[in-house]
Amino acid sequence: MAESIAASEERSPSVGRASTAASEERSPSVGRASTAAPISGREEKILGIIETARGKRGKFRDERINMAHGAGGKASQSMIEGLFVPAFGSGTLEAMGDAGTVTVDGAELAMTTDSFVVKPIRFPGGSIGDLAVNGTVNDLAVSGARPLALSLSLILEEGLSADDLRAEVEAIASAARVADVEIVAGDTKVVERGAADQMYVCTTGVGQRDPRAGMATDGIRPGDRILLSGTIGEHGTAIMLARGEFELDAPIESDTRSLWPVVDALLEEAGPSLRCMRDATRGGVASVLNELARSSRVAMLVRESAVPIVPAVSGASEILGIDPMYVANEGKLVAFVAPDAADRALAALRSVGGCECAAEIGEVRTEPPGMVLVETSFGGKRVMDQLVGDPLPRIC
Amino acid sequence: MKYVDEFRDPELGRILAAEILAAVEPGRHYKFMEVCGGHTHSIYKYGVDDLLPANVELVHGPGCPVCVIPMGRVDDGIAVAREPGVIFTCFGDMMRVPGSEGSLLEAKAEGADIRMVYSPLDALRIAKQNPDREVVFFAIGFETTAPSTALTLKRAKAEGVTNFSCMCSHVTIVPPLRALLDSPDLRLDGFVGPGHVSTVVGARPFEFIPADYGRPIVVAGFEPLDVLQAIRMILGQLADGRCEVENQYARVVPYEGNQRALDVMAEVFELRPHFEWRGLGFISQSGLKLSDAYADLDAEVRFSVPGVRVADPKACQCGEVLKGVIKPWECKVFGTACTPERPIGTCMVSSEGACAAYYNYGRFAREREVV
Repeated sequence: MAESIAASEERSPSVGRASTAASEERSPSVGRASTAAPISGREEKILGIIETARGKRGKFRDERINMAHGAGGKASQSMIEGLFVPAFGSGTLEAMGDAGTVTVDGAELAMTTDSFVVKPIRFPGGSIGDLAVNGTVNDLAVSGARPLALSLSLILEEGLSADDLRAEVEAIASAARVADVEIVAGDTKVVERGAADQMYVCTTGVGQRDPRAGMATDGIRPGDRILLSGTIGEHGTAIMLARGEFELDAPIESDTRSLWPVVDALLEEAGPSLRCMRDATRGGVASVLNELARSSRVAMLVRESAVPIVPAVSGASEILGIDPMYVANEGKLVAFVAPDAADRALAALRSVGGCECAAEIGEVRTEPPGMVLVETSFGGKRVMDQLVGDPLPRIC
Repeated sequence: MKYVDEFRDPELGRILAAEILAAVEPGRHYKFMEVCGGHTHSIYKYGVDDLLPANVELVHGPGCPVCVIPMGRVDDGIAVAREPGVIFTCFGDMMRVPGSEGSLLEAKAEGADIRMVYSPLDALRIAKQNPDREVVFFAIGFETTAPSTALTLKRAKAEGVTNFSCMCSHVTIVPPLRALLDSPDLRLDGFVGPGHVSTVVGARPFEFIPADYGRPIVVAGFEPLDVLQAIRMILGQLADGRCEVENQYARVVPYEGNQRALDVMAEVFELRPHFEWRGLGFISQSGLKLSDAYADLDAEVRFSVPGVRVADPKACQCGEVLKGVIKPWECKVFGTACTPERPIGTCMVSSEGACAAYYNYGRFAREREVV
């Protein structure tokens, strides 16, 4: 240990002195980031090693599945990249989009699937049935595909009340009508009490690629603007409060909705200038940005003060110590748009009902690749990394 | 948000940063320790260190309740959690803290009934809802959280809840600070004092820092302006040649503390002769256990706890990080073998831990300008 103490004392004062002189020369820029200490060669090297490690495909080394594997953060990612993709890997799966592509006689179809295990099954603003339709519809929509049809599988726990089932069937039917998709196939299983929690719903969706779309998860370019279709964090916060674990009460409703009208408006206005879209579900806006920064090998800079959020959500996040950028949404998308089309695209977004709060929240840069940075509203800058664990399981 | 945004005003931040820059002596290097993990978190979350001059260095102290729990203690918790019929409850951050053979999260995946709670009262509620199960609350934290554990135990006793017990790993703030100040390899010019702990203990207990060790301390709040103002106040003391306890967080912290909270703690807890701290070793009279009057609610009495001392992993330098001797990135395993998803040392586990905070928020190199 003595060795490294000596090393650190040798190094830090000299670093400090060198940059003090520098900051005096720049004294008009008081309080700006430029006065911060520079980093030493060794720190730089270590940071480089970490970034290289982060850039590598995850390895799946865990002995058992724990809740973090379902949380959409790093553990999920290493399971997908380290186990699923190598096993099933095909071109379309490896692109890790929200939906895969199937080409039939030249017609491009998008296909996606999703399971819903949310607890509680009913919450302010929606229910598991709404999520099951909108979640799958939205994965198709943000892949630039018009949703056409869904399949529906239900796993029901012995003892579920018929009224609960009836209510969810009605919710599914109504959400499908609103989203203009047909339920064309289905399956039902009943499992013993305790083997499931009330009901789980799985939907698979098929959509038709829209000819106006030319998107790819690696299509993002430096300079692109990052648009967000509305206020963040409502779904995840509504679920947390509905669980009653916090004894907090706030008028927050899930934002679950079909995003196809939003995508339709964006495609109409921006067309090929629309590089990529994602719906910011589990893991929130932060996770979407991190995934795309990695897959496109670009950096992203987010201006915290530009991110729209309703006061009740920011208040609840503050009390619970949660960053709303990581909280799930079920009706918000993040769009990357070429700079010359950004203003038009934003105006188009805002013209869609429910998206009046849409905003440009940041832009794509080159350095450091794979990283998402935030300019805090206080004036500092920091990394906004992928989520590691999830304190809030089963939100969709 | 009203009453919150006021303490995050960037304009005031720039003014304070300018005052700090004006107050530092050019050529002098300042090392200040923020004792509390909550400060470390704020500093990174808001980018406060971006606003400081290069010659003001912040060292992250031992005030993260999760970071200081030694491996053997985690093993003890897992052993109790695996007892038949037990529902083991703890705060979320504790779930990922590595013991010598895995974490509570892994023990949960293997079948132990381990549940995350947000308050000790939640654990008591679980006990009342499951009268045929033994519910154990793994209590951690400084004087900040100890009163709520004490009140919960008082309530359990008053209501005659017999299937509830507490595995007490509460610690106190003054002994580790004294241990740090006694450490020969530590060089600090002043302290940003812990705000939340001080709401309970007050600012008076820190008077030994200026009196015995000649270092200024300013008890501070957790908003970015609080931290900047506290640094400004420490620099002011140094410039004036003063050395005292000042209270920046007077809007919350009474100088004499919260007597009712101290009373309930005194009733429910007593000092252990010594307690092991991750990285710092055994520190005498630094941990709390349940007093004799509450021994029937003590999980360590009710269950057989291995109590085996497990040495910290060799590669792990949490101790040096906690003492501020090295910076997180100077640890041999930082960011490579030890990451937030696979932590070796506890500093990487909690978001308040110095290493996790640096890994999550601070990794971006300040001088590599964003193009």
